[in-house]
Amino acid sequence: MKKRLLAAALAATMVAASVTGCAQSGDAGSQGSGDAAGGDTVKIGGLAPLTGNVSVYGIATNNGIKLAVDEINKAGGVLGKKIEYVPYDEKGDAIEAVNAYNKLVQDDKVVALIGDVTSKPTIAVAQKAVKDGLPMITATGTAADITKAGDNVFRACFIDTYQGELMAAYAARKLNAKTAAIIYDNGDEYSTGVANAFEEAAKSEVITITNKEAYQSGAMDFKTQLTKIKASNPDVVMIPVYYSDVALIAVQAKDIGLKAKLLGADGWDGVLEKIDKSNQDAVKDCYFCSQYSAESTDPKLQDFLKKYKETYKADPTLFAVLGYDAMGMMAAAINKAGSTDSDKIISALKALEYKGLTGNTTFDENRNPVREAVITTITDGKYKFVENFKK
Amino acid sequence: MEFLSQVINGLGIGSIYALVALGYSMVYGIVQLINFAHGDIIMVGAYTVFVILVMMNLPLWLAVLGSILFCGVAGVLIERVAYRRLLVHAAPRISLLITAIGVSIFLQNLYQLLFGSDPKSMPKMFVFAPLQFGGVQLTSSTIINISVSVVMMAGLQLMVNKMKIGKAMRATSEDAGAAKLMGINTNTTIAFTFGIGSALAAVGAVLYCNTYPQIKPAMGGLLGLKAFVAAVLGGIGSIPGAMLGGYLLGVAESLTNAYISSNLTDAVVFGILIIVLLVKPTGLLGKNTREKV
Repeated sequence: MKKRLLAAALAATMVAASVTGCAQSGDAGSQGSGDAAGGDTVKIGGLAPLTGNVSVYGIATNNGIKLAVDEINKAGGVLGKKIEYVPYDEKGDAIEAVNAYNKLVQDDKVVALIGDVTSKPTIAVAQKAVKDGLPMITATGTAADITKAGDNVFRACFIDTYQGELMAAYAARKLNAKTAAIIYDNGDEYSTGVANAFEEAAKSEVITITNKEAYQSGAMDFKTQLTKIKASNPDVVMIPVYYSDVALIAVQAKDIGLKAKLLGADGWDGVLEKIDKSNQDAVKDCYFCSQYSAESTDPKLQDFLKKYKETYKADPTLFAVLGYDAMGMMAAAINKAGSTDSDKIISALKALEYKGLTGNTTFDENRNPVREAVITTITDGKYKFVENFKK
Repeated sequence: MEFLSQVINGLGIGSIYALVALGYSMVYGIVQLINFAHGDIIMVGAYTVFVILVMMNLPLWLAVLGSILFCGVAGVLIERVAYRRLLVHAAPRISLLITAIGVSIFLQNLYQLLFGSDPKSMPKMFVFAPLQFGGVQLTSSTIINISVSVVMMAGLQLMVNKMKIGKAMRATSEDAGAAKLMGINTNTTIAFTFGIGSALAAVGAVLYCNTYPQIKPAMGGLLGLKAFVAAVLGGIGSIPGAMLGGYLLGVAESLTNAYISSNLTDAVVFGILIIVLLVKPTGLLGKNTREKV
């Protein structure tokens, strides 16, 4: 009997643990404003995963957008009217996103859309938006296919390939690199995307790629690949992976005595927090690009970061910053168009020169942003802003 | 020269596989249970080191000792709570296996709940300057991994073959019923085996943390699977077999990465496993035991 009780207790604990593990705190940002009376406002729709697996990104983006709306409305709104932002939670799911999109267009009659946040639902929504000709900006969807959907789809963030090209240019022009190696995660789209773009761009920058080494997602031993790279002694090693892998690779590179400079893309953001102080000298000679730097002295950005912290009691991330800029771009375009007509907004966006938190943005022919990236290095266990760089 | 470096890289990671494989092998040898929770014991060991060394800021030797003791006790406890009842009542093999998977999921979720799912970074532990032999460089972690694993295997082999408890383990493994009749407390012997296996996993965890300074609740999954493959490759139930399997797996991974393609590592490694099992179903050093009628 005693044994059975013990077994039951254990089973109960197991169930409790797994249930708590999956519990999601649902916080669908309620945004309905009271003065939504007919034509007094300009309605802009929003799509973001506010609950579910990728809600971290959705909530941050949505929060950034809301701060932008507040600011724009305080300054007089657009076309003399206030912006009414109507966000829907799509839970990170493409089908939910399309349903929410239909609701935004048919019921809410929005004039433009900010969203979606992650790539897959954004692609689905973009395909619908093309048919309606609705102006849309995704703040953070990086997949190249998103803006290929049609003329009305824009994005505020860099695409993966742009970062690869940018770092190849930086290595050649600023670090005088003649040879480079690449190590990347072949199970991850972001990583392979940046790696391939870097390799391609290296050709035109006259950098010789000595090694292109892959590893499989979840690997923790990189010594074999690094030993191979060490043997060909390149000037730089491009490591376009996420920060927790960077932490492992950098420490092992130091262990085996690899001397090359380490390069990375925006996946490096947060790497210092994943390396213990005693190992931080492993990333002392590194350069990575990102879309903004919290160390930047731009008063507008500092003001935003402060306000975000006060309002949401959380640290602002890149997603929040891009959300803010996406809304800023859309508002600026509507003002410039002088009307809420879809075609006029789209032409205004194409010709837009927007000065936001991430710098001065224009759109290229694929409606991807062109602007300077921030190059960051790490010294004495701190991120340090190096310079703004544009290919 | 590079070839030799790559072989040594492989031995370094292979040592960790080997230490973990020993635990699989011993438990399988004695109760024919594939203890899928064994991989997660490494995770438990790694987090114990993290708690003592980083959170409590105590000296390294205490962290190592604490981790080994904690895992040993955890191993005994898991056997007592989750497996003993099934073993005593001679439950079907599949029930034991499912229980083991349950324990594994439980441990992962428990640690995720306690520490969060994001990886934790570990400080430097044992560091000395790398040794240089001609063109071949031996990093401190590789030297430590290889030597510790060899010492552990030798100690274990000695214990199983020379000590009284080792004799009891062999007897229980051979025929638990007969061993009981001969006055061997098989329950204690089985619990002891779980304890030793888990303590070895803790040693593996310490080496892991020293080599790869990052831990997360799911880290035991792939590592455990590879160690299991190593145990099967070498002949599950055999101590030298587990070691051999671990080293072979590590070196095969390393050489595949280096000379075939880093895209094919797992394919080649598991391909080797399949070929070995086709040719020699009991593994490289496995004994051919016939079912007694």
